[in-house]
Amino acid sequence: MRSFNAGDVVYLLLAARWTVLLSLIAFAGGGLVGLIIALMRVAQARAARWFAIGFIRVFQGTPLLLQLFLVFFGGDLIGVPLGAWLSVILGLSLNAGAFLGEIWRGSIQAVPNGQIEAARALGLHYGQRMLRVVAPQALRTAIPPTVGFLVNLIKSTSLAAIIGFVELTRAGQQLNNATFRPFLIFGLVASVYFVMCWPLTIAASRLERRLALAYKR
Amino acid sequence: MNYIFHFGDMWNARGEFVEGALMTLRLSGLAMVASLVIAILGALARTSGPKPLRMLVAAYVEIIRNTPFLVQIFMIFFGLPTVGLRLDANEGALIALILNGSAYTIEIVRAGIENISQGQIEGALALGLHRLQTFRLVVLPQALRIIVPPLGSQFILLMLNSSVCSAISADELTSAALDVQGRTFRAFEAFIVAAAIYFALSLLFSTAFATIERLAFGKRISR
Repeated sequence: MRSFNAGDVVYLLLAARWTVLLSLIAFAGGGLVGLIIALMRVAQARAARWFAIGFIRVFQGTPLLLQLFLVFFGGDLIGVPLGAWLSVILGLSLNAGAFLGEIWRGSIQAVPNGQIEAARALGLHYGQRMLRVVAPQALRTAIPPTVGFLVNLIKSTSLAAIIGFVELTRAGQQLNNATFRPFLIFGLVASVYFVMCWPLTIAASRLERRLALAYKR
Repeated sequence: MNYIFHFGDMWNARGEFVEGALMTLRLSGLAMVASLVIAILGALARTSGPKPLRMLVAAYVEIIRNTPFLVQIFMIFFGLPTVGLRLDANEGALIALILNGSAYTIEIVRAGIENISQGQIEGALALGLHRLQTFRLVVLPQALRIIVPPLGSQFILLMLNSSVCSAISADELTSAALDVQGRTFRAFEAFIVAAAIYFALSLLFSTAFATIERLAFGKRISR
């Protein structure tokens, strides 16, 4: 066993870069999946709606950790070994897609129906309706819960440590195994997460309050 | 894809899955009850306690909600023994689940309490009810209608989150799946079976909560 030194703090901070990167990539991937799921969820075709409902139910009704395991071993099974990094990105994106899809479905459905009918009456086709009429209005209600979900996503990336990917939590585990100072090390790890998440939490609740005020008027 | 599924090994390991599922139910059930009790006290302290206590509860909620559950488990399971508190994996998991669940539940209960308009409380006080009666007879019945629906979803999240306790080898369902996979080398099957059990449990919970809502309030309020 060795003692904990300043170099270890640097090691943790360097590992935190992977947490940030993982969060950003998973957010982009989840955003893409979520957009597709949200659009399917409000689509005319019944099959699309049912698929989206099933997707959301399955991903919200099973633990994220098992989803990551299934992607990790599922890749091997179809002969495409994904490795820890890709499995975690894929797993987190699918999971985030389910949650974002459900959030954005709510925002889309909150746009008054008259708006869509008017857009249709004006002869706008589906893409124009969604992009120019629905999206700008849905965005207002979508942003606060989306920022709130980002906090969850950052915290979720810690599960990559269990798969074996060295991000912030895994780096903390490694240091704890070497120095055995659990309170100090996991306290530091937790602080780094807190510094990333807390501003987003505050931003989410401020945005939500502002939105609530806007709707009261 | 040349893979051939083998669920025979899973059927042979059914005892392990059942025991794991029971432990998941036990851990999350205990954590739900304990965190609800803590949350009611915490939300009261947060809304009507003295200022230092209010700030303490607020800090607790923010710290727990803005750090990952996995780090919290490690802190408890590896940290507490260094200050002389020996615990096995299941005890560590339970403590972590309670501490984590309480923070989220405090916020839900607080939102319910704060939603009651001040006029209701003033009216109750004007009628001569003392503070405890006001809370029990006026605030609580109205707050419950706001609290119960999100509480149900929160408890399901807690149950699913308990799978993370496998990281310290608590004897719950995900650990059981990991054990079976280690012995049979049938990873995909083991995790699919575990995921299906979790899915069934979450359906069971949401049906149970919906029934409670219907019985308590006559009809479902939201969702």
